[in-house]
Amino acid sequence: MRTILVGTKRLIDYSVRVRVKPDGSGVVTDGVKMSINPFDEIALEEALRIRERGLADEVVAISIGTSEAQQQLRTALAFGADRAILVRADAPLEPLTVAQVFLQLVQRCQPELVLLGKQAIDEDHGQTGQMLAALWGRPQATFASKLEIEGGRARVTREVDAGLEVIEVDLPAVVTTDLRLNEPRYVKLPDIMKARRKPLEITTLRELGVELPAAPLRVLKVAPPAARARGTMVRDSAELLTALRSRGVL
Amino acid sequence: MSEVLIVAEHSAGMLNTSTARAVSCALGLGSAQVDILVLAEQAAPVAAHAATLAGVRRVLTVERPENREPLAVVYAPQIAAVAAGYSHVFGPSTTFGRDLMPHVAALLGVSQLSDVMAVEGPYRFRRPIYAGNAVVTVEAPAGRVVVATVRTASFPPAGGGGAAVVESLDLRVELPTHTRFVSRPPASSGRPDLQSAARVVAGGRALGSAENFRMVYGLADALGAAVGASRAAVDSGYVPNDLQVGQTGKIIAPELYVAIGISGAIQHLTGIRDARTIVAINKDAEAPIFEVADLGLVGDLFQIVPELERLIRSGSGA
Repeated sequence: MRTILVGTKRLIDYSVRVRVKPDGSGVVTDGVKMSINPFDEIALEEALRIRERGLADEVVAISIGTSEAQQQLRTALAFGADRAILVRADAPLEPLTVAQVFLQLVQRCQPELVLLGKQAIDEDHGQTGQMLAALWGRPQATFASKLEIEGGRARVTREVDAGLEVIEVDLPAVVTTDLRLNEPRYVKLPDIMKARRKPLEITTLRELGVELPAAPLRVLKVAPPAARARGTMVRDSAELLTALRSRGVL
Repeated sequence: MSEVLIVAEHSAGMLNTSTARAVSCALGLGSAQVDILVLAEQAAPVAAHAATLAGVRRVLTVERPENREPLAVVYAPQIAAVAAGYSHVFGPSTTFGRDLMPHVAALLGVSQLSDVMAVEGPYRFRRPIYAGNAVVTVEAPAGRVVVATVRTASFPPAGGGGAAVVESLDLRVELPTHTRFVSRPPASSGRPDLQSAARVVAGGRALGSAENFRMVYGLADALGAAVGASRAAVDSGYVPNDLQVGQTGKIIAPELYVAIGISGAIQHLTGIRDARTIVAINKDAEAPIFEVADLGLVGDLFQIVPELERLIRSGSGA
Protein backbone atom coordinates (compact mmCIF):
# COMPACT_ATOMS: atom_id res chain seq x y z
CA MET A 1 0.00 0.00 0.00
CA ARG A 2 1.49 3.31 -1.12
CA THR A 3 0.21 5.85 1.33
CA ILE A 4 0.30 9.65 1.40
CA LEU A 5 -0.22 11.44 4.71
CA VAL A 6 -1.69 14.92 4.51
CA GLY A 7 -1.97 17.51 7.26
CA THR A 8 -5.33 19.30 7.53
CA LYS A 9 -5.23 21.90 10.28
CA ARG A 10 -8.43 23.55 11.48
CA LEU A 11 -8.11 27.30 11.79
CA ILE A 12 -9.88 30.62 11.27
CA ASP A 13 -10.93 30.98 7.63
CA TYR A 14 -8.53 33.11 5.61
CA SER A 15 -11.29 35.59 4.71
CA VAL A 16 -12.07 36.45 8.34
CA ARG A 17 -10.62 39.68 9.72
CA VAL A 18 -8.94 38.40 12.88
CA ARG A 19 -9.51 40.41 16.07
CA VAL A 20 -7.41 40.34 19.21
CA LYS A 21 -9.28 39.79 22.49
CA PRO A 22 -9.26 42.91 24.71
CA ASP A 23 -7.56 41.00 27.56
CA GLY A 24 -4.64 40.03 25.31
CA SER A 25 -5.16 36.31 25.87
CA GLY A 26 -5.58 35.43 22.21
CA VAL A 27 -7.78 36.15 19.21
CA VAL A 28 -11.56 35.97 18.96
CA THR A 29 -12.70 32.54 17.74
CA ASP A 30 -16.30 32.44 19.02
CA GLY A 31 -18.77 32.40 16.15
CA VAL A 32 -15.95 32.71 13.62
CA LYS A 33 -15.87 30.64 10.44
CA MET A 34 -13.32 27.82 10.64
CA SER A 35 -11.73 26.05 7.68
CA ILE A 36 -8.87 23.83 6.61
CA ASN A 37 -5.59 25.74 6.40
CA PRO A 38 -5.46 26.84 2.72
CA PHE A 39 -1.93 25.47 2.23
CA ASP A 40 -3.12 22.13 3.60
CA GLU A 41 -5.97 22.16 1.11
CA ILE A 42 -3.37 22.46 -1.64
CA ALA A 43 -1.46 19.54 -0.08
CA LEU A 44 -4.64 17.46 -0.04
CA GLU A 45 -5.42 18.31 -3.67
CA GLU A 46 -1.89 17.31 -4.71
CA ALA A 47 -2.16 14.01 -2.84
CA LEU A 48 -5.47 13.24 -4.55
CA ARG A 49 -3.99 14.01 -7.97
CA ILE A 50 -1.04 11.71 -7.28
CA ARG A 51 -3.45 8.93 -6.29
CA GLU A 52 -5.59 9.61 -9.38
CA ARG A 53 -2.48 9.20 -11.55
CA GLY A 54 -2.04 5.74 -10.01
CA LEU A 55 1.10 6.69 -8.10
CA ALA A 56 -0.45 6.18 -4.65
CA ASP A 57 -3.10 3.88 -3.22
CA GLU A 58 -4.47 5.82 -0.30
CA VAL A 59 -4.58 9.34 1.07
CA VAL A 60 -4.84 9.72 4.83
CA ALA A 61 -5.90 13.11 6.23
CA ILE A 62 -4.51 14.00 9.64
CA SER A 63 -5.63 16.68 12.03
CA ILE A 64 -4.34 17.49 15.48
CA GLY A 65 -6.70 19.44 17.70
CA THR A 66 -10.00 19.45 19.50
CA SER A 67 -12.85 17.11 18.54
CA GLU A 68 -14.25 19.96 16.43
CA ALA A 69 -11.46 19.29 13.94
CA GLN A 70 -13.56 16.30 12.84
CA GLN A 71 -15.47 18.82 10.71
CA GLN A 72 -12.32 19.61 8.72
CA LEU A 73 -11.47 15.92 8.46
CA ARG A 74 -14.97 15.20 7.10
CA THR A 75 -14.35 17.94 4.56
CA ALA A 76 -11.03 16.31 3.65
CA LEU A 77 -12.87 12.99 3.21
CA ALA A 78 -15.45 14.73 1.02
CA PHE A 79 -12.60 16.11 -1.09
CA GLY A 80 -11.52 12.49 -1.61
CA ALA A 81 -9.22 11.38 1.19
CA ASP A 82 -9.67 7.66 1.92
CA ARG A 83 -9.54 7.84 5.67
CA ALA A 84 -8.78 10.28 8.44
CA ILE A 85 -7.07 10.36 11.80
CA LEU A 86 -7.77 12.94 14.50
CA VAL A 87 -5.15 13.27 17.21
CA ARG A 88 -6.94 14.85 20.13
CA ALA A 89 -5.20 17.80 21.74
CA ASP A 90 -7.21 20.31 23.71
CA ALA A 91 -4.62 23.08 23.73
CA PRO A 92 -2.53 24.21 20.76
CA LEU A 93 0.73 22.26 20.48
CA GLU A 94 4.08 23.79 19.70
CA PRO A 95 5.69 22.91 16.37
CA LEU A 96 8.14 20.32 17.69
CA THR A 97 5.33 18.39 19.40
CA VAL A 98 3.27 18.48 16.19
CA ALA A 99 6.26 17.05 14.32
CA GLN A 100 6.63 14.33 16.98
CA VAL A 101 2.96 13.39 16.48
CA PHE A 102 3.50 13.17 12.73
CA LEU A 103 6.58 11.02 13.28
CA GLN A 104 4.48 8.51 15.24
CA LEU A 105 1.84 8.49 12.49
CA VAL A 106 4.57 8.03 9.89
CA GLN A 107 5.82 5.00 11.76
CA ARG A 108 2.30 3.57 11.90
CA CYS A 109 1.27 4.31 8.31
CA GLN A 110 4.67 3.93 6.56
CA PRO A 111 3.87 6.57 3.90
CA GLU A 112 5.81 7.19 0.69
CA LEU A 113 5.09 10.87 1.02
CA VAL A 114 3.98 13.34 3.68
CA LEU A 115 2.39 16.44 2.18
CA LEU A 116 1.93 19.44 4.44
CA GLY A 117 1.13 23.11 3.96
CA LYS A 118 4.26 25.28 4.10
CA GLN A 119 2.70 27.13 7.01
CA ALA A 120 -0.56 27.35 8.89
CA ILE A 121 -2.05 30.80 8.52
CA ASP A 122 -2.96 31.13 12.20
CA GLU A 123 0.36 30.89 14.05
CA ASP A 124 2.47 31.32 10.87
CA HIS A 125 5.22 29.10 12.34
CA GLY A 126 6.12 27.27 9.13
CA GLN A 127 8.05 24.54 10.96
CA THR A 128 6.24 21.21 10.98
CA GLY A 129 7.43 19.77 7.66
CA GLN A 130 11.07 20.63 8.20
CA MET A 131 10.98 19.30 11.77
CA LEU A 132 9.35 16.06 10.69
CA ALA A 133 12.07 15.57 8.06
CA ALA A 134 14.71 16.10 10.76
CA LEU A 135 13.14 13.68 13.25
CA TRP A 136 12.43 11.09 10.54
CA GLY A 137 15.86 11.44 8.91
CA ARG A 138 14.27 11.81 5.48
CA PRO A 139 14.40 14.50 2.74
CA GLN A 140 12.45 17.72 2.88
CA ALA A 141 11.31 19.80 -0.07
CA THR A 142 9.65 22.98 1.14
CA PHE A 143 7.59 25.61 -0.71
CA ALA A 144 6.78 23.28 -3.62
CA SER A 145 5.20 24.75 -6.73
CA LYS A 146 5.64 21.59 -8.83
CA LEU A 147 5.93 17.95 -7.81
CA GLU A 148 6.80 15.10 -10.16
CA ILE A 149 7.08 11.53 -8.87
CA GLU A 150 8.89 8.79 -10.73
CA GLY A 151 10.70 5.63 -9.74
CA GLY A 152 10.95 6.15 -5.99
CA ARG A 153 12.06 9.74 -6.39
CA ALA A 154 10.40 13.13 -6.48
CA ARG A 155 11.55 16.14 -8.44
CA VAL A 156 10.35 19.28 -6.72
CA THR A 157 10.33 22.86 -7.97
CA ARG A 158 10.57 25.17 -5.00
CA GLU A 159 9.56 28.84 -4.73
CA VAL A 160 12.52 30.65 -3.20
CA ASP A 161 13.38 34.33 -2.80
CA ALA A 162 15.55 34.33 -5.90
CA GLY A 163 12.87 32.69 -8.05
CA LEU A 164 12.67 28.94 -8.51
CA GLU A 165 14.91 26.06 -7.56
CA VAL A 166 14.66 22.39 -8.51
CA ILE A 167 15.76 19.60 -6.20
CA GLU A 168 15.43 15.82 -6.35
CA VAL A 169 14.65 13.73 -3.29
CA ASP A 170 14.47 10.01 -2.62
CA LEU A 171 11.16 8.77 -1.24
CA PRO A 172 9.84 8.62 1.37
CA ALA A 173 10.06 12.36 1.86
CA VAL A 174 8.29 15.38 3.30
CA VAL A 175 7.02 17.99 0.86
CA THR A 176 5.45 21.30 1.91
CA THR A 177 3.21 23.15 -0.48
CA ASP A 178 3.27 26.69 -1.79
CA LEU A 179 0.34 28.57 -3.31
CA ARG A 180 0.88 27.79 -6.95
CA LEU A 181 1.23 24.01 -6.73
CA ASN A 182 -2.40 23.53 -7.78
CA GLU A 183 -5.92 24.86 -7.45
CA PRO A 184 -7.99 22.74 -5.09
CA ARG A 185 -11.19 21.25 -6.49
CA TYR A 186 -14.69 21.99 -5.25
CA VAL A 187 -16.47 19.48 -3.09
CA LYS A 188 -19.65 18.00 -4.59
CA LEU A 189 -22.71 17.28 -2.49
CA PRO A 190 -22.76 13.48 -3.12
CA ASP A 191 -19.15 13.38 -1.92
CA ILE A 192 -20.17 15.02 1.34
CA MET A 193 -22.73 12.22 1.82
CA LYS A 194 -20.17 9.55 0.97
CA ALA A 195 -17.63 11.08 3.33
CA ARG A 196 -19.88 10.28 6.29
CA ARG A 197 -19.23 6.59 5.75
CA LYS A 198 -15.46 6.84 5.43
CA PRO A 199 -13.35 5.82 8.43
CA LEU A 200 -12.30 8.53 10.89
CA GLU A 201 -10.13 7.27 13.71
CA ILE A 202 -9.62 9.25 16.89
CA THR A 203 -6.48 8.84 18.90
CA THR A 204 -4.62 10.79 21.56
CA LEU A 205 -1.12 12.02 22.29
CA ARG A 206 -0.91 9.46 25.07
CA GLU A 207 -1.83 6.58 22.75
CA LEU A 208 0.86 7.75 20.35
CA GLY A 209 3.37 8.05 23.19
CA VAL A 210 3.99 11.76 22.59
CA GLU A 211 4.59 13.92 25.64
CA LEU A 212 4.14 17.65 25.97
CA PRO A 213 7.45 19.54 26.33
CA ALA A 214 8.75 19.82 29.89
CA ALA A 215 9.92 23.37 29.16
CA PRO A 216 7.37 24.84 26.76
CA LEU A 217 7.33 28.15 24.92
CA ARG A 218 5.09 30.48 26.90
CA VAL A 219 2.72 32.93 25.24
CA LEU A 220 2.70 36.02 27.44
CA LYS A 221 0.48 38.32 25.46
CA VAL A 222 -1.32 38.77 22.16
CA ALA A 223 -1.72 42.35 20.96
CA PRO A 224 -2.94 44.10 17.83
CA PRO A 225 -0.18 45.35 15.54
CA ALA A 226 0.96 48.96 15.79
CA ALA A 227 -1.44 51.03 13.71
CA ARG A 228 -0.22 53.27 10.94
CA ALA A 229 -1.37 56.87 11.13
CA ARG A 230 -4.13 57.78 8.73
CA GLY A 231 -2.67 59.10 5.49
CA THR A 232 -3.41 62.02 3.20
CA MET A 233 -5.23 61.93 -0.10
CA VAL A 234 -3.72 63.86 -3.00
CA ARG A 235 -5.54 64.96 -6.16
CA ASP A 236 -3.09 64.26 -8.95
CA SER A 237 0.39 63.12 -9.96
CA ALA A 238 2.01 66.53 -9.49
CA GLU A 239 0.62 66.87 -5.97
CA LEU A 240 1.81 63.35 -5.16
CA LEU A 241 5.37 64.15 -6.22
CA THR A 242 5.32 67.40 -4.24
CA ALA A 243 4.17 65.52 -1.15
CA LEU A 244 6.89 62.88 -1.59
CA ARG A 245 9.54 65.57 -1.96
CA SER A 246 8.36 67.46 1.11
CA ARG A 247 8.62 64.22 3.09
CA GLY A 248 12.16 63.75 1.86
CA VAL A 249 11.32 60.47 0.19
CA LEU A 250 12.28 61.72 -3.27
CA MET B 1 25.53 36.56 28.70
CA SER B 2 24.19 35.36 25.37
CA GLU B 3 26.34 33.47 22.91
CA VAL B 4 24.72 33.77 19.51
CA LEU B 5 25.48 31.75 16.39
CA ILE B 6 24.17 33.27 13.18
CA VAL B 7 23.87 31.19 10.05
CA ALA B 8 25.08 33.20 7.07
CA GLU B 9 22.98 33.35 3.94
CA HIS B 10 24.99 33.81 0.78
CA SER B 11 25.03 33.06 -2.91
CA ALA B 12 27.64 33.37 -5.63
CA GLY B 13 30.26 34.37 -3.06
CA MET B 14 28.17 37.29 -1.77
CA LEU B 15 26.84 37.65 1.76
CA ASN B 16 23.09 38.40 1.77
CA THR B 17 22.14 41.52 3.79
CA SER B 18 19.69 39.35 5.73
CA THR B 19 22.72 38.13 7.69
CA ALA B 20 23.70 41.65 8.79
CA ARG B 21 20.09 42.21 9.89
CA ALA B 22 20.19 39.04 11.98
CA VAL B 23 23.36 40.41 13.61
CA SER B 24 21.44 43.56 14.65
CA CYS B 25 18.75 41.40 16.21
CA ALA B 26 21.38 39.37 18.08
CA LEU B 27 23.11 42.49 19.41
CA GLY B 28 19.73 43.53 20.81
CA LEU B 29 19.88 40.62 23.26
CA GLY B 30 22.29 42.68 25.38
CA SER B 31 25.91 41.76 26.16
CA ALA B 32 25.80 39.22 23.36
CA GLN B 33 28.82 37.52 21.81
CA VAL B 34 27.98 37.03 18.16
CA ASP B 35 29.59 34.50 15.82
CA ILE B 36 28.68 33.95 12.18
CA LEU B 37 28.80 30.50 10.62
CA VAL B 38 29.52 30.26 6.89
CA LEU B 39 28.85 26.91 5.25
CA ALA B 40 30.16 26.88 1.70
CA GLU B 41 32.26 25.06 -0.83
CA GLN B 42 34.66 28.00 -0.69
CA ALA B 43 33.92 30.29 2.21
CA ALA B 44 36.68 32.91 1.97
CA PRO B 45 34.92 35.81 0.16
CA VAL B 46 31.75 35.46 2.24
CA ALA B 47 33.71 35.07 5.48
CA ALA B 48 35.79 38.14 4.70
CA HIS B 49 32.66 40.23 4.28
CA ALA B 50 31.00 38.76 7.39
CA ALA B 51 34.13 39.60 9.41
CA THR B 52 33.64 43.32 8.70
CA LEU B 53 30.19 43.44 10.31
CA ALA B 54 30.27 45.55 13.47
CA GLY B 55 29.81 43.62 16.69
CA VAL B 56 30.81 40.20 15.36
CA ARG B 57 33.37 38.28 17.44
CA ARG B 58 34.28 35.38 15.15
CA VAL B 59 33.41 34.05 11.73
CA LEU B 60 33.44 30.26 11.58
CA THR B 61 33.71 28.51 8.24
CA VAL B 62 33.00 24.95 7.19
CA GLU B 63 34.19 24.23 3.66
CA ARG B 64 32.95 21.05 2.03
CA PRO B 65 31.97 20.24 -1.56
CA GLU B 66 28.55 19.17 -0.23
CA ASN B 67 27.99 22.76 0.93
CA ARG B 68 27.97 24.08 -2.63
CA GLU B 69 24.17 24.47 -2.57
CA PRO B 70 22.19 25.42 0.55
CA LEU B 71 20.26 22.16 1.06
CA ALA B 72 18.62 22.21 4.49
CA VAL B 73 19.17 18.50 5.13
CA VAL B 74 22.89 18.96 4.40
CA TYR B 75 23.44 22.23 6.27
CA ALA B 76 21.34 21.43 9.35
CA PRO B 77 23.43 18.61 10.88
CA GLN B 78 26.57 20.75 10.57
CA ILE B 79 24.87 23.73 12.23
CA ALA B 80 23.53 21.49 14.99
CA ALA B 81 27.08 20.23 15.61
CA VAL B 82 28.48 23.76 15.83
CA ALA B 83 25.54 24.96 17.98
CA ALA B 84 26.78 23.22 21.13
CA GLY B 85 27.67 25.87 23.68
CA TYR B 86 25.58 28.62 22.09
CA SER B 87 22.53 30.02 23.85
CA HIS B 88 20.95 31.23 20.59
CA VAL B 89 21.07 30.13 16.96
CA PHE B 90 19.61 32.64 14.50
CA GLY B 91 18.95 32.55 10.79
CA PRO B 92 17.17 35.04 8.53
CA SER B 93 13.46 34.68 7.89
CA THR B 94 14.01 34.38 4.16
CA THR B 95 13.19 31.23 2.21
CA PHE B 96 16.76 30.10 3.00
CA GLY B 97 16.26 30.43 6.75
CA ARG B 98 12.65 29.33 6.80
CA ASP B 99 13.65 26.11 5.05
CA LEU B 100 16.71 25.46 7.17
CA MET B 101 16.21 26.68 10.73
CA PRO B 102 13.22 24.53 11.79
CA HIS B 103 15.26 21.48 10.72
CA VAL B 104 18.11 22.71 12.92
CA ALA B 105 15.71 23.34 15.81
CA ALA B 106 14.29 19.81 15.61
CA LEU B 107 17.80 18.31 15.60
CA LEU B 108 18.47 20.35 18.76
CA GLY B 109 15.20 19.21 20.33
CA VAL B 110 13.44 22.58 20.55
CA SER B 111 10.66 24.44 18.78
CA GLN B 112 11.72 27.47 16.77
CA LEU B 113 10.65 31.08 17.16
CA SER B 114 9.63 32.14 13.67
CA ASP B 115 9.87 35.70 12.34
CA VAL B 116 11.20 37.47 15.42
CA MET B 117 10.28 41.15 14.98
CA ALA B 118 11.41 42.53 18.35
CA VAL B 119 13.65 41.48 21.21
CA GLU B 120 12.37 42.10 24.75
CA GLY B 121 15.06 40.09 26.54
CA PRO B 122 17.38 37.14 26.00
CA TYR B 123 14.44 34.74 26.07
CA ARG B 124 11.52 37.04 25.32
CA PHE B 125 10.54 38.02 21.79
CA ARG B 126 7.67 39.40 19.77
CA ARG B 127 6.55 37.79 16.54
CA PRO B 128 3.62 38.31 14.15
CA ILE B 129 0.78 35.80 13.85
CA TYR B 130 -2.31 35.74 11.63
CA ALA B 131 -0.47 37.44 8.79
CA GLY B 132 0.54 40.26 11.10
CA ASN B 133 -2.99 40.92 12.34
CA ALA B 134 -1.75 40.15 15.81
CA VAL B 135 1.59 40.23 17.57
CA VAL B 136 2.42 37.65 20.18
CA THR B 137 4.98 38.01 22.98
CA VAL B 138 6.64 34.65 23.54
CA GLU B 139 9.07 33.47 26.17
CA ALA B 140 11.39 30.58 25.41
CA PRO B 141 12.57 28.44 28.33
CA ALA B 142 15.84 29.68 29.84
CA GLY B 143 18.57 27.08 29.81
CA ARG B 144 17.51 25.68 26.41
CA VAL B 145 18.99 26.84 23.14
CA VAL B 146 16.80 29.41 21.36
CA VAL B 147 16.51 28.78 17.64
CA ALA B 148 14.88 31.63 15.75
CA THR B 149 14.41 33.16 12.35
CA VAL B 150 14.79 36.93 12.26
CA ARG B 151 12.21 38.96 10.37
CA THR B 152 14.61 40.93 8.21
CA ALA B 153 12.26 43.88 7.66
CA SER B 154 12.29 44.57 11.41
CA PHE B 155 16.03 45.11 11.87
CA PRO B 156 18.54 47.39 10.10
CA PRO B 157 21.71 45.76 8.76
CA ALA B 158 24.62 45.86 11.20
CA GLY B 159 27.21 48.42 10.20
CA GLY B 160 30.71 47.77 8.87
CA GLY B 161 34.13 48.49 10.29
CA GLY B 162 34.46 45.30 12.28
CA ALA B 163 37.46 42.98 12.17
CA ALA B 164 36.34 39.61 13.44
CA VAL B 165 38.63 36.58 13.50
CA VAL B 166 37.95 33.97 10.82
CA GLU B 167 38.36 30.36 11.94
CA SER B 168 38.01 27.28 9.79
CA LEU B 169 36.25 24.32 11.41
CA ASP B 170 36.86 20.70 10.53
CA LEU B 171 33.55 18.98 11.27
CA ARG B 172 33.23 15.22 11.13
CA VAL B 173 29.52 15.13 10.43
CA GLU B 174 27.98 12.51 8.20
CA LEU B 175 25.76 14.11 5.56
CA PRO B 176 22.77 12.58 3.77
CA THR B 177 22.74 11.99 0.01
CA HIS B 178 18.97 11.50 -0.32
CA THR B 179 18.45 15.12 -1.38
CA ARG B 180 20.15 16.57 -4.45
CA PHE B 181 20.25 20.00 -6.02
CA VAL B 182 19.20 19.94 -9.69
CA SER B 183 19.00 23.47 -11.05
CA ARG B 184 18.18 27.08 -10.44
CA PRO B 185 16.93 28.94 -13.49
CA PRO B 186 18.84 32.24 -13.62
CA ALA B 187 17.05 35.31 -12.33
CA SER B 188 16.21 37.75 -15.07
CA SER B 189 16.04 41.44 -14.23
CA GLY B 190 18.92 43.82 -13.74
CA ARG B 191 16.76 45.82 -11.32
CA PRO B 192 17.40 46.31 -7.61
CA ASP B 193 16.69 43.31 -5.39
CA LEU B 194 13.13 43.44 -4.06
CA GLN B 195 14.08 42.29 -0.57
CA SER B 196 16.67 44.98 0.06
CA ALA B 197 15.62 47.85 -2.26
CA ALA B 198 15.04 51.31 -0.78
CA ARG B 199 12.20 51.91 -3.22
CA VAL B 200 9.64 49.43 -4.51
CA VAL B 201 6.91 49.91 -7.09
CA ALA B 202 4.36 47.11 -7.08
CA GLY B 203 1.42 46.28 -9.29
CA GLY B 204 -1.77 44.34 -8.76
CA ARG B 205 -4.58 42.67 -10.59
CA ALA B 206 -5.94 45.98 -11.90
CA LEU B 207 -3.04 46.16 -14.35
CA GLY B 208 -4.99 43.55 -16.30
CA SER B 209 -2.19 41.94 -18.30
CA ALA B 210 1.52 41.23 -18.43
CA GLU B 211 1.78 43.83 -21.18
CA ASN B 212 0.14 46.53 -19.06
CA PHE B 213 2.37 45.56 -16.16
CA ARG B 214 5.26 47.06 -18.17
CA MET B 215 4.17 50.51 -17.01
CA VAL B 216 5.02 49.40 -13.46
CA TYR B 217 8.52 48.56 -14.66
CA GLY B 218 8.67 51.93 -16.38
CA LEU B 219 7.86 53.85 -13.21
CA ALA B 220 10.18 51.63 -11.17
CA ASP B 221 13.05 52.33 -13.53
CA ALA B 222 12.39 56.07 -13.37
CA LEU B 223 12.58 55.86 -9.57
CA GLY B 224 15.48 53.39 -9.45
CA ALA B 225 13.11 51.06 -7.66
CA ALA B 226 12.65 47.31 -7.46
CA VAL B 227 9.42 45.80 -8.80
CA GLY B 228 6.95 43.88 -6.68
CA ALA B 229 3.48 42.44 -7.18
CA SER B 230 0.43 41.26 -5.34
CA ARG B 231 -0.46 37.60 -5.25
CA ALA B 232 -3.33 38.29 -7.68
CA ALA B 233 -0.89 39.68 -10.25
CA VAL B 234 1.42 36.69 -9.86
CA ASP B 235 -1.44 34.19 -10.02
CA SER B 236 -2.73 35.92 -13.16
CA GLY B 237 0.67 35.37 -14.75
CA TYR B 238 1.61 39.03 -15.16
CA VAL B 239 4.94 38.53 -13.36
CA PRO B 240 7.00 35.64 -11.91
CA ASN B 241 6.52 34.37 -8.36
CA ASP B 242 9.67 35.91 -6.92
CA LEU B 243 8.08 39.36 -7.16
CA GLN B 244 5.25 38.49 -4.78
CA VAL B 245 4.98 40.68 -1.70
CA GLY B 246 2.92 39.56 1.27
CA GLN B 247 2.36 36.93 3.93
CA THR B 248 3.42 34.11 1.67
CA GLY B 249 5.80 36.09 -0.51
CA LYS B 250 8.40 38.61 0.58
CA ILE B 251 8.12 40.80 3.67
CA ILE B 252 9.80 44.08 2.82
CA ALA B 253 10.53 47.42 4.49
CA PRO B 254 11.57 49.93 1.83
CA GLU B 255 11.73 53.70 2.31
CA LEU B 256 9.07 54.08 -0.38
CA TYR B 257 6.43 51.58 -1.47
CA VAL B 258 4.15 52.49 -4.36
CA ALA B 259 1.12 50.19 -4.71
CA ILE B 260 -0.48 50.44 -8.13
CA GLY B 261 -3.85 48.83 -8.67
CA ILE B 262 -3.45 46.75 -5.52
CA SER B 263 -6.61 46.55 -3.44
CA GLY B 264 -4.71 45.65 -0.28
CA ALA B 265 -5.76 42.21 0.93
CA ILE B 266 -4.59 41.71 4.50
CA GLN B 267 -2.11 39.08 3.29
CA HIS B 268 -0.51 41.73 1.09
CA LEU B 269 -0.52 44.44 3.75
CA THR B 270 1.43 42.25 6.12
CA GLY B 271 4.29 42.29 3.64
CA ILE B 272 4.57 46.10 3.53
CA ARG B 273 3.59 47.17 7.04
CA ASP B 274 7.13 48.31 7.86
CA ALA B 275 7.62 50.45 4.76
CA ARG B 276 8.40 54.05 5.73
CA THR B 277 6.12 55.71 3.17
CA ILE B 278 3.32 53.86 1.40
CA VAL B 279 1.73 55.38 -1.69
CA ALA B 280 -1.48 53.88 -3.07
CA ILE B 281 -2.87 54.52 -6.52
CA ASN B 282 -6.23 52.90 -7.12
CA LYS B 283 -9.49 53.70 -8.85
CA ASP B 284 -11.53 52.38 -5.92
CA ALA B 285 -11.55 54.93 -3.11
CA GLU B 286 -12.82 52.24 -0.72
CA ALA B 287 -9.88 49.86 -1.33
CA PRO B 288 -8.30 48.72 1.97
CA ILE B 289 -4.85 49.77 0.70
CA PHE B 290 -5.86 53.36 1.51
CA GLU B 291 -6.17 52.44 5.20
CA VAL B 292 -2.41 51.93 5.42
CA ALA B 293 -1.29 54.40 2.74
CA ASP B 294 0.50 57.59 3.79
CA LEU B 295 -0.37 59.14 0.46
CA GLY B 296 -3.38 58.06 -1.57
CA LEU B 297 -4.40 58.95 -5.10
CA VAL B 298 -7.76 57.80 -6.44
CA GLY B 299 -7.91 57.61 -10.21
CA ASP B 300 -7.17 55.78 -13.41
CA LEU B 301 -3.79 54.13 -13.06
CA PHE B 302 -3.43 53.86 -16.84
CA GLN B 303 -3.37 57.64 -16.94
CA ILE B 304 -1.58 58.36 -13.65
CA VAL B 305 1.35 55.93 -13.88
CA PRO B 306 2.71 57.06 -17.28
CA GLU B 307 2.22 60.65 -16.17
CA LEU B 308 4.21 60.06 -12.99
CA GLU B 309 6.97 58.43 -14.97
CA ARG B 310 7.07 61.37 -17.35
CA LEU B 311 7.12 63.97 -14.55
CA ILE B 312 9.93 62.15 -12.76
CA ARG B 313 12.01 61.68 -15.89
CA SER B 314 11.52 65.33 -16.87
CA GLY B 315 13.07 66.34 -13.59
CA SER B 316 9.96 67.57 -11.84
CA GLY B 317 10.30 64.53 -9.57
CA ALA B 318 13.22 62.57 -8.16
